Amino acid sequence: MAAKRAERLVNLVIALLSTRQYVTAARIRATVPGYESDDGSERADEAFKRMFERDKADLREMGVPLETGRTSVFDTEDGYRIARAHYELPEIQLTGEEAAAVGLALRLWESAQLAGAAHSALVKLKAAGIDVDTSRAIPLQPRLDAGEPAFEPCYAAARDRRALSFDYRRPDEDAPVRRHVQPWGVVAWHGRWYLVGLDLDRGAERVFRLSRVIGTPKVSGPPGAFEPPADLVLAEVVAGQVGGVEHLVVVRARPGTAVGLRRHATPLGAADDGDDRLQLRTTEPGRLADQIAAYGADVVVESPAEIRAAVISRLTRLAAMGASA
Amino acid sequence: MTAAGTTDRMTRLLALVPYLTARPEGVRVVEVARDFGVTERQLRSDLELLWMCGLPGYGPGDLIDLSFEGDRVRVTFTAGMVRPLRLTTDEAVALVVALRTLLELPGLAEREAVGRALAKVTAAAGHAADRVTPVAVSVDAREEALAVVKDGLERKRALHLHYYVPTRDERTERTVDPMRILLVDGKWYLEAWCRQAEGVRLFRLDRVDDVAVLDEPAAPPPQAHERDVHNGVYQPAPDSPAVRLRLDRGARWVAEYYPVDSVTPVDQPPGGLAVTVRTADLAWARRLVASLGGAAVVDEPASLAAEVAADARAALARYGADAQRASSNAG
Repeated sequence: MAAKRAERLVNLVIALLSTRQYVTAARIRATVPGYESDDGSERADEAFKRMFERDKADLREMGVPLETGRTSVFDTEDGYRIARAHYELPEIQLTGEEAAAVGLALRLWESAQLAGAAHSALVKLKAAGIDVDTSRAIPLQPRLDAGEPAFEPCYAAARDRRALSFDYRRPDEDAPVRRHVQPWGVVAWHGRWYLVGLDLDRGAERVFRLSRVIGTPKVSGPPGAFEPPADLVLAEVVAGQVGGVEHLVVVRARPGTAVGLRRHATPLGAADDGDDRLQLRTTEPGRLADQIAAYGADVVVESPAEIRAAVISRLTRLAAMGASA
Repeated sequence: MTAAGTTDRMTRLLALVPYLTARPEGVRVVEVARDFGVTERQLRSDLELLWMCGLPGYGPGDLIDLSFEGDRVRVTFTAGMVRPLRLTTDEAVALVVALRTLLELPGLAEREAVGRALAKVTAAAGHAADRVTPVAVSVDAREEALAVVKDGLERKRALHLHYYVPTRDERTERTVDPMRILLVDGKWYLEAWCRQAEGVRLFRLDRVDDVAVLDEPAAPPPQAHERDVHNGVYQPAPDSPAVRLRLDRGARWVAEYYPVDSVTPVDQPPGGLAVTVRTADLAWARRLVASLGGAAVVDEPASLAAEVAADARAALARYGADAQRASSNAG
């Protein structure tokens, strides 16, 4: 940012913090350095107005509680002030251990979505006199992934309580479908991001995987348009919807092969051809079919028929790849 | 909306005087720069700018005053900037969610301190933290191996692992010197010096079949450095052989999950992506392609495509034999 502009904004904050009176725009223009001075011309007035509007918007965006009002009933126009009690971070004191916990916790966002907010929060805590040592080694380190373009708009809409619409493509659907949602919140559940909200077309609570959102979600309507249920626990909603029905699958594996499958299998003894019969459980039959297909001729599905068919169709497509190459 | 750079600098400028106020004995300039995450040069230019700011009147007694003694700086007049600006909603969310996530971690020794920090931060955030927090992070805390690994790490003991290696579909046994536990993209990892491989390795805890804490002390050698996992845990050497794949919609996640060199949208298959994956381990690539069940087509190397297809034909032959046997049994 231009140094002049930064200087003007800092001076504006100091000036408005230092007064209990509302200060008019004209007064601000006359006292705070850096504004286009009043030479009586319309052009200078316009330039000042534009500058001042932008400054106000930037300060509010940063969270500076800029108040508008009149000091007395005799004032003819609104003025501005910043109430110190609303501006200042309340007293907060952390022990060394607590401060270290904050430092460690914030590393969660290190390369993820709220990295900027985490950094400025840390700056403010340090400015409040807290020594946060972010380098302290605690050998347990959570971290989130950065790459989810839909996060930002979904998070902002949930934060501001604004209606959201987006194109959503489930893997079993060929074309994306436009969804209209009251977004309640965004959840990282076991490494994947989800949006939880009220699906307005279906009139029911729904969970959306952010990676299936196509393009940029659009907000509409005013902020504060709805209120999520008071007893909402975001992570529980996702946990409740992600888990599916359990399928029992029986496969035959050649002895000594399919080590990965055997790790979670119940052995059912030998088949008549000497293969090992194994029973597997899964809530994600598609993923299990992927895994089984990758074992090639070492593993054959006995039952159920749907999973057997799913594996055969995968193998058929894989076999065709060789033919075209 | 303000540009990120503007907001960053303003946040810093408004925080610097309170920061120095809280440390009346003065702070070394390099240390201030480190605390604010900027270069010393940037910090000095910030301090010079603040020197020009102050109360209306802007005379000698009105401007912010700083005093430099050697390499230290302290504030002698604040112009009323004594406390930092309160937290924004985003900042409060970042703090509260991060601390809650930490509380979810199993067997965390610092749990009470984290809980107290969460309470204090929530109180200081005021109404920014009042509403239902629009973000939650839930980590998988059920890994059985985690408790044992953490115990070994805390007592600084070596560990004996039975570890499943999916790329080779093999169970291995090894003794390791634990260094740290990481949670990366929802998966737990142990970073350790592997005595067999004589190198630092990341072990995914859901692939640990058995783990025991040994009596002998953990002694990672001096050359054992923590790996930078900022770009994920898979970090192939740039000169590894290239595998070129065309992914259809169902396999596009591969481009996000594995580091890929180039990603180009293609028309065939519709909505597909052409990507280059670098790996020294073609057996791994073969498994990856096979597990994608035809959702990824190998363009290069041709031998890989041929191998995957031959594997699939051999498997289909077994199903064919199976089906014949089933029908002959029925007949």
